[in-house]
Amino acid sequence: MRLAAVSPPALVLGLTPGLSLADARARIPDLAVAGVDPTADSAWLERIADGCDRYTPMVALDPPEGLILDISGCAHLFGGEEGLRDDLAARLARLGMAASSALADTPDAARALARYAHSSPSPLGEGDVTSTLKNLPIESLELDAEDGVALRRAGLKRIGDLAARPSQLISARFGEAAADRLGRIAGGRDIRIAARRPEAALVLERRFAEPIGRTEAALAAIGELARQAAHRMAEAHRGGRRFEARLFRTDGLVRALRIETGLPVRDVPLIMRLFTERLEALADPVDPGFGFDLVRLSVPMFEPLAPLQLPLEGGALAEGELAQLLDRLSTRLGRDRVRRLAPRDSHIPEQAMFAFPAIEAGATGSWPVQEPGEPPLRPTHLFDPPQSIDVMAGVPDGPPQRFRWRRHLHEVVLAEGPERIGALWWRRADNRGFSRDYYRVEDREGRRFWLFRHGLYGREAERPAWYIHGLFA
Amino acid sequence: MNESSPPLAALRAQVAALDGAKLSDSRRFVLGVESLDHRLGGGLPRARLHEMFAASTEDRGALAGLALMLAICVGQGPLLWIRQESGVRAVGRLYGPGLAELGLDPARLVEIVAPDEAGLLRAAGDAVRCPALSAVLIEPMGARGLDLTSSRRLAVAAEKSGVTILLLHGVAEPGPSAAYSRWRVRSRGSARLDAGAPGHPAMELELLRHRGGVPGLRICLEWNRDELAFREAALSGAPFSLPADGPAGAPDRDRGGGDRLSA
Repeated sequence: MRLAAVSPPALVLGLTPGLSLADARARIPDLAVAGVDPTADSAWLERIADGCDRYTPMVALDPPEGLILDISGCAHLFGGEEGLRDDLAARLARLGMAASSALADTPDAARALARYAHSSPSPLGEGDVTSTLKNLPIESLELDAEDGVALRRAGLKRIGDLAARPSQLISARFGEAAADRLGRIAGGRDIRIAARRPEAALVLERRFAEPIGRTEAALAAIGELARQAAHRMAEAHRGGRRFEARLFRTDGLVRALRIETGLPVRDVPLIMRLFTERLEALADPVDPGFGFDLVRLSVPMFEPLAPLQLPLEGGALAEGELAQLLDRLSTRLGRDRVRRLAPRDSHIPEQAMFAFPAIEAGATGSWPVQEPGEPPLRPTHLFDPPQSIDVMAGVPDGPPQRFRWRRHLHEVVLAEGPERIGALWWRRADNRGFSRDYYRVEDREGRRFWLFRHGLYGREAERPAWYIHGLFA
Repeated sequence: MNESSPPLAALRAQVAALDGAKLSDSRRFVLGVESLDHRLGGGLPRARLHEMFAASTEDRGALAGLALMLAICVGQGPLLWIRQESGVRAVGRLYGPGLAELGLDPARLVEIVAPDEAGLLRAAGDAVRCPALSAVLIEPMGARGLDLTSSRRLAVAAEKSGVTILLLHGVAEPGPSAAYSRWRVRSRGSARLDAGAPGHPAMELELLRHRGGVPGLRICLEWNRDELAFREAALSGAPFSLPADGPAGAPDRDRGGGDRLSA
């Protein structure tokens, strides 16, 4: 085991990343260590990136520990580029994060400066940036160790040394990627960063000079924003099906509340009711910390919604009421707990149907129609997965005679089958799979079950297993 | 005698007024069996709470079937089935093809799975206030069922909104409740089809209580999918009348004779 990262005091004591744990313990016996948790690290980075949304919608992750912000056109809101950077640095410091940051014209230049410039190039003029960039060590190209050594041996230790040379030579010796990186760091070649989130159709926000400490007050602010949003949507004859409220804490963390509706809406009380519902349903309550200083409401997408005319007979109103009920239940219980059923074209019983969230526009299709006079051949309830049962049958490939399910012995008096359902062998690498022989059975007490034998006796399985797959009415 | 009857009539009217709106025939739904509908006074009322109990936990398939069939009888509107996670584990997920074969268009149905009984009650409370719904099926899994207060709350809301509530008790025993009618359901052997195949869904219903004053009754019903109505189950061919020591492999035996079995 090796040290992946060390704290500043440990650095002072002479420990460095990469040192083996045994050596470190030998030097400092009471060393406190914790396991590396890359998942938690990336989750934390995501949360910080969420917090940076307050500055610009263009935030990109630079894992494992970097963020790139495109602040073109945003900096003046925070007192210029330096002001923005100071604000960010102060918030990160409040979270206990040590961060180094840099401003430059292209994402790669800023990244290289933040990571490899030894002295923080804080108040920089146009010319200073260029000279600092030229003074960066060639490690900032992040080439293979071998190539780095080769460059150093050739006496090329700074970016400037390399940038002065024709790029064809560099790409011939170190590959296209190296020349490309060099161009992006020192050559002013710009690329667009990929934002983490697509831009929303409508974003409204409210800043507070004095942070608000109560969730109710934040909710009231969301209500205010929702009213403005509803006004804007009404003008455009549009409605939203998703709404997202983000509460930015002063220490840079963000809490997002998302709601979703089945039909496009712009009704403020309705939207606010769903937000309240969402707040109540949160497993961990919203913690205002030192208060929220920015509340933002965004509507990711607009959908057409004509001004409502109340019908005399109230038909559309009733439909709207059901949609509202489903929205509310989906918000409270989670969208996967409120679902509709849709048919799917498959002969495998459990795949002949799928359940989808009722809040989504329905995939509809027609269900198989039965001959008149036939009893139901499919159960009303299906076990997923099928439950194992003990079965006694007269002959190994005959219908079941009695079976034990949930410690209860059922004596079969009526049975129909087998209905043989083949496996999807063409989907499998070995072109095999067990067929199922389904039986519709009724026991002595009149209960009807759907059982199947998994595997054909003698051909596919020596001792086929039995399962119960469903219950009939 | 004559003097006492006017106050009595007034009292009756008062009681009827207390009992909720007068039930007209249009607010009732029929089950399709004439004798039963007649005894119930023209079917069961809509906008009321009807409660049904499984005779044993093994009869939950019949219980669910009965609730679905009643929901089909109630009307054509959208249905909500509010279940509990433990209920889904115990009897399985709703299966669309099977519902369609029972005569219910699964597109009418929304299945809601609440994590616990509190969530179920809250969802039910919201659902019964939505007049767009035709019926709400509520399937609590608690061993004690709903208490009087919560069932009363549901019943009052249903009277206002016009939603019919079907309360399914798979495990609970009958206790005090505000239900308009209360039934116990037991699976019943179906009329056997050719080659020993199980026939149409059949069940035995027992009326335990009826607010309209209908005395208890017991009837065997069979579901007629083609007409979306119940019919009285034929008495013959009931497999539970087979001798207990008869060969268990009935299907095997049936290959020989084709006649209906009877004791």
